Amino acid sequence: MRRSKYEKPAPRASGGAKTSAMIASLAAPGQRTKPAPFGNALLELAKTRPDVVGLSADLAKYTDLHIFAQAHPDRFYQMGMAEQLLMSAAAGLAREGFTPIATTYAVFAARRAYDFICLAIAEENLNVKIACALPGLTTGYGPSHQATEDLAIFRGMPNLTILDPCDAHELEQIVPAMVEHQGPVYLRLLRGNVPLVLDEYGYTFEWGKAKTIHDGGDVLIVSTGLMTMRALEVAQELRDDRIDVAVLHVPTIKPLDEETILREVGRGGRLVVVAENHSVVGGLGEAVAGLLLRTGTVPPGYRQIGLPDEFLDAGALPTLHERYGISTQAMARSIRGWL
Amino acid sequence: MDTVLDGQPRERSNVSLADRAHNIRRHALLMGEVQGQGYIAQALGIADVLAVSYFHALTFRPDDPEWEGRDRFLLSIGHYAIALYAALIEAGVIPEDELTSYGSDDSRLPMSGMAAYTPGMEITGGSLGHGLGIAVGMALGLKRKSSSSFVYNMFSDGELDEGSTWEAAMSAASFGLDNLIGIVDVNGMQADGPSRGVLNFEPLAPKFEAFGWFVQRVDGNDLDALVGAFDAARTHACACPRIVICDTKMAKGVPFLEARERNHFLRVEADEWRRALAVLDEGRLQ
Repeated sequence: MRRSKYEKPAPRASGGAKTSAMIASLAAPGQRTKPAPFGNALLELAKTRPDVVGLSADLAKYTDLHIFAQAHPDRFYQMGMAEQLLMSAAAGLAREGFTPIATTYAVFAARRAYDFICLAIAEENLNVKIACALPGLTTGYGPSHQATEDLAIFRGMPNLTILDPCDAHELEQIVPAMVEHQGPVYLRLLRGNVPLVLDEYGYTFEWGKAKTIHDGGDVLIVSTGLMTMRALEVAQELRDDRIDVAVLHVPTIKPLDEETILREVGRGGRLVVVAENHSVVGGLGEAVAGLLLRTGTVPPGYRQIGLPDEFLDAGALPTLHERYGISTQAMARSIRGWL
Repeated sequence: MDTVLDGQPRERSNVSLADRAHNIRRHALLMGEVQGQGYIAQALGIADVLAVSYFHALTFRPDDPEWEGRDRFLLSIGHYAIALYAALIEAGVIPEDELTSYGSDDSRLPMSGMAAYTPGMEITGGSLGHGLGIAVGMALGLKRKSSSSFVYNMFSDGELDEGSTWEAAMSAASFGLDNLIGIVDVNGMQADGPSRGVLNFEPLAPKFEAFGWFVQRVDGNDLDALVGAFDAARTHACACPRIVICDTKMAKGVPFLEARERNHFLRVEADEWRRALAVLDEGRLQ
């Protein structure tokens, strides 16, 4: 429950420099990062794909699309702060044979422009790639900017492929793959200085494939997006407690790699924990639960780590991730408690 | 000058625009009779605009609806599909014998227009307020390809209620889309009643002028006025989008239907369809 706005908060004990700034990086202090992997990968791709054009609804700079736009001003369309137009114009460009990359924030695409993505793009299976920054809880600006339910909104849309990459390494590989794919794509975009994690695991992104990144015999974390990074940290941390954690990374939320998920859960004996940077309603957790129930696959336990079904607080990201249970420490605590 | 093919004026057809409009009305009434219902008042009202579009203004190949050099005609108003099917039948894009399948299972002519179903149907309309934005994207795309084709977007006065229409209107002018021609059917009637009582969009011409468009407002049931307006829309020298606001009369051509007040989804009794056809034909002879 949020405190009443008429109640003055207690003075801060110490002056920790926490910020809820929009440009806050997801990276932990000292973590390896790569700047603007999406924009740079797009720039590279643009050399061989003249059909690729960029569109943004006044958020090119905040979706790393500005890198492409600055290099190719003739291939960039500034649509203004008009998300309905952004999506319908992208549909029109796709109809004329181009491959539009449309960028905005996830909240605006999911909440404001849904009908236009659904009917003008997805119903016709048009080749529009929708890349949206600030997925889930990746800003401290509060519910206006926190797309905590974007997966729930988009999972019901036929034809749409939904991608939730973990880090810069994966995002770089996703950009050419999504342009190669025929049909609409929704990409949960990580922008700015994006953590670099999966290169150390020898990981390669494959369209529609879930992959075991780390194996273990006690707990199976099925994770997506940045929560895979957290899950890998949890696996290291719980090793000290002699808890053996496996991490199955699911970057393609839809269509779901049912075969791999069923195979991994079916190995048996492991607590299944689905972790996502999203509401516990309507995301990967419920998708996996439904799959297991439909196929009669029963793990010894099933838990979800995700955001509560609430409008979340404003604040600094580390504070909020801890508060809502998606920080590494909070995840580790939860899993210890469930064992 | 009738239908233009491949950018070259075709030999003058012996069929007048008035006959084309009449035939479009006939096709629409015959389709309406199949289902015993439909947006027939809109179809009768817009028939003259469609006749001028397809038999005077548009460049297209009836046997190759996706020919790259065609002008794109978008029907944003999905429920006007009955009217566009009638025009596409008259234009030879859809065989006339399919008319009896209108709205039936497995038909290529569903009640609401969808791109995947019907040759010549460029977009899926029906979720109102989509067409103009898609038209902006297509006009941008055509310019990228250095194409001389036009994009026509037909939308309704009801769609002026949708904010997306105005997002698109502002951007079309901002991009200087002189290859985009909007056609608004102002028939004055929406689902809940007279348009101006639902949400007053007047004064309409000054609104589009203020948005940076080349605006003409004509009687949408006056063929000569429409020909002049479409010619001017294509040839006017300005780097701006163009709009032809067409004031039309619902159910035009069938006086006993014109007289009905609540005509958005016009109720026509089973025995009235034939009478409507007879009245229409009678009016043509006069």
